[in-house]
Amino acid sequence: MKVTDKQTLTAQVVIVGGGIIGTATARELSRYNVDVLLLEAEAEVGWGTTKANSGIVHGGFHEEPGTLKAKYCFPGNQMYPQLCEELDVCFKQNGILMVGRTPEEMETVQEYYKRGTERGVKLQLLSKEELLEQEPNLDPELAGALYAPEGGSVMPFELAAALMENAVQNGVRYEVNAKVIGAWAEGGKKYLETAEKVIEADYVINAAGLFSDDLARMFGDDYFSIRPRKGEEYIFDLSVKDMVKSTIFPVPGKISKGILVIPTAAGNLMMGPTGDNVDEKEDLGTSQDGFNRVFDGAKSLVPGLDPRKIIAQFAGVRAASDRGDFIVELSPNVPGLVHLAGIESPGLTAAPAIAADVPRLLREAGLELEEKEDFNPRRSGVIRFHTLSREEQDKLVQEDPSFGRIICRCESITEGEIVDAIHRGARTLDGIKFRVRAGAGRCQGGFCQPFITQILSRELGIPVTQVTKAGPGSEQVKYEAKELSEQEVL
Amino acid sequence: MKQVHVDVAVIGGGPAGLAASLAARKEGAERVLIIERNTELGGILQQCIHHGFGLHRFKEELTGPEYAQRFIDFIKETDIEVMLETMVLEVTPERKIYAVNSESGMLEIHAKSIVLAMGCRERTRGALRIPGGRPAGVYSAGTAQRYVNIDGYVPGKKAVILGSGDIGLIMARRFTLEGAKVEAVVEVLPYAAGLTRNVVQCLEDYDIPLYLQSTVIEIHGNKRIEAVTIAQVDEKWNPIPGTERKIECDTLLLSVGLVPENELSSQAGVAIDPITNGPLVDDAMMTNLPGIFACGNVLHVHDLVDNVSKESERAGMYAGRYALGKSSEKARRIKVQAGENIRYVVPHEVSSEEPVEFFMRVQRPQDDVALDVGGLRRIRKTSVRPSEMLDVKITPEQLQSLEGDTLVIQIVEQ
Ligand SMILES: Cc1cc2nc3c(=O)[nH]c(=O)nc-3n(C[C@H](O)[C@H](O)[C@H](O)COP(=O)(O)OP(=O)(O)OC[C@H]3O[C@@H](n4cnc5c(N)ncnc54)[C@H](O)[C@@H]3O)c2cc1C
Repeated sequence: MKVTDKQTLTAQVVIVGGGIIGTATARELSRYNVDVLLLEAEAEVGWGTTKANSGIVHGGFHEEPGTLKAKYCFPGNQMYPQLCEELDVCFKQNGILMVGRTPEEMETVQEYYKRGTERGVKLQLLSKEELLEQEPNLDPELAGALYAPEGGSVMPFELAAALMENAVQNGVRYEVNAKVIGAWAEGGKKYLETAEKVIEADYVINAAGLFSDDLARMFGDDYFSIRPRKGEEYIFDLSVKDMVKSTIFPVPGKISKGILVIPTAAGNLMMGPTGDNVDEKEDLGTSQDGFNRVFDGAKSLVPGLDPRKIIAQFAGVRAASDRGDFIVELSPNVPGLVHLAGIESPGLTAAPAIAADVPRLLREAGLELEEKEDFNPRRSGVIRFHTLSREEQDKLVQEDPSFGRIICRCESITEGEIVDAIHRGARTLDGIKFRVRAGAGRCQGGFCQPFITQILSRELGIPVTQVTKAGPGSEQVKYEAKELSEQEVL
Repeated sequence: MKQVHVDVAVIGGGPAGLAASLAARKEGAERVLIIERNTELGGILQQCIHHGFGLHRFKEELTGPEYAQRFIDFIKETDIEVMLETMVLEVTPERKIYAVNSESGMLEIHAKSIVLAMGCRERTRGALRIPGGRPAGVYSAGTAQRYVNIDGYVPGKKAVILGSGDIGLIMARRFTLEGAKVEAVVEVLPYAAGLTRNVVQCLEDYDIPLYLQSTVIEIHGNKRIEAVTIAQVDEKWNPIPGTERKIECDTLLLSVGLVPENELSSQAGVAIDPITNGPLVDDAMMTNLPGIFACGNVLHVHDLVDNVSKESERAGMYAGRYALGKSSEKARRIKVQAGENIRYVVPHEVSSEEPVEFFMRVQRPQDDVALDVGGLRRIRKTSVRPSEMLDVKITPEQLQSLEGDTLVIQIVEQ
């Protein structure tokens, strides 16, 4: 081993990356008698592509036969209801519509119907009348649609956090702010280096998303690369949430599924995403041009969309591989290294199925896996005050008065929920926003941010000036009053 | 669930709620209740520690907290009930209010009349869709004001302010006094959006540059904001290529307008004016829902608190009367219409039985004009500005002489 004065850790299996793929894999492996450590570069899990996507659990009819996307997407979809039930996270099974406009488009819709039904996807063809009856706010010029009732939406960040929590309950360890900056194989072992530690592992699972090619290269694997492709999304105020029930897809183009109108699991309507190749993996900027394309696309499906009701926007970057497909395989060069790379869309949908396939790969690589008897698949969910009846709310406040203090007025989020999120691992304002949605509403944290900053400071025992939006370097307020205006001169 | 019965329930304990509750009590309503989510009364005034409040009302220049305190002291002398740290979650058309606090749990409050006085919120970056990254260091001006004035923290030391609304101007001065540097105030309009006195006292006195007909076209930075790109805009507010300029900063404040907070009202079924984003009201400040009244910034955004107090006293008085069963059906209904260069007028409908005070804003600046109120009154104005609200009083006698059932208020050339 290289000489270093860093602290060393060992684990049988190390997962690099705490996105939906890494956390789902961690939870899957926690079923077995194996010692697992997950390393995440950011301040919390789920902050890569996993926090910035459309949140759709795809139907499984889009993917081209013979691809890994097809292999994992539909089975992933089928695993969602049970998974979300076990983890007590929201799964809104509101169905997916692919709508056609012209006779040619309706032919394509037919082809997808055939593709999907052959695979076992439950599908239904809708006439124009049936479509408009189901979704009266769609463009009346549309000609018909394909309906996939088993498609749905989740809050991807909530799911990743829940998967991690459940994995930890079952014995998995994880570290945040632990970016892998060096990696090598030596004497049958693999080594991973972070700023503070060196970790010795028998098996390494590369779930580093956009950086999975960089990690592979550290091990000397340079046979694939990631081609970042950005998608911008725009979120509407809750007051217009009822315009459509299902997620609306147009007939897809060559590289992307097109601009969609999405009723998110959180309740807000969203439109997007674009699909633009970008040079930088961390290029998360939105643009006027992107907005124009998204809005034009969305408006052609739902003409009544009002841009003045937009409350937020974001961009996510897909980790598309140069193969144009997922990479789920053992490294041909480094024994015991598993690549789960190039997991672009529909990676969120496919995640449970990909994770369920990891034990097979590890066994092939020589790891003996034995199922634990005491694996607990259940994680107790968070309390969502605003979803309770008035009586239940009353009872809750009587038991714990912190649920009687509403901190985020737009989404009715209580102090109790925020403190619970911190106890479950939230460390930052964004972490709280993604977990409990405080600050995700129409005022975008304008009112509650100062209060949440105070709560984070109190619960984490750190000064307010160290509370961050999204980890080191993103401090929320930098100076104490008078720090800039008064200086010691003696 | 705890049941509470009151005559008048006032939602919001800012200047509007304070004035309304006092007026309702004075009118004779016995049980008047103020419900406020904060730990103290006074609303947003508590963080407005600059002076300039109360010139009309008290003929004195008070700070925000001082102005609020005058009203809080009046309240203390009455038997008006106050519930602090209590959040209203729902209002029903039958005037039932669900509110929660940590002491009592859920409360079901039955009110004979309700005054909506919830105030407004700031427009956000999301609503403006400013392109670029999403780093820390971007705040609405009011949020930054709270951090500095209440919590005692300065967000950063090199700021750009987008929008020349009053809070933005005030914060430009506040940042400067705290030792931070304000690099620029950027305004898309050809004139400042805030009051002229604030432009002079907050920018000019501190040599802070104001860039008109300009906007922020991109936010740079990943973790913390590092810079913004600003550019000049054409008449349609589109950036003019070639005029881009990058300004380094660690803070961007947004002062780009206020939006009345009417989610509770809308859920109850209160009809909303798409221009003001506040309820449609009649001359008693009553919404389309009988017994539900509105005043202050929840009704339309004011620039002077003195006007809020005045308007809210009317709302409170009529809410008190309603609770006492003393209000009667109006014989005549006159629609108020915003005419030439008037963006909106409140109230939206009047009878000819009550004296009314109309509040309105113009669409664009004009000099040497007159404000014409349906031919009943005509008042000379040396200048009118969108930032400065106009008000005019009309007597029942004047209204009775009006022909037809529409009153047009407009700006006419002299
Ligand atoms: C705009 C958009 C919309 C999408 N919509 C959908 C959809 O509707 N449905 C769907 O199924 N899929 C969708 N996807 C795809 C889906 O989001 C991704 O497939 C999925 O999130 C990938 O998860 P991941 O875990 O592989 O990657 P990530 O979430 O990026 O996780 C990788 C993690 O690895 C960490 N990491 C990286 N390098 C290191 C290192 N050196 N050391 C330690 N940690 C490291 C990162 O910080 C990150 O947390 C969408 C994608 C985009 C961009």
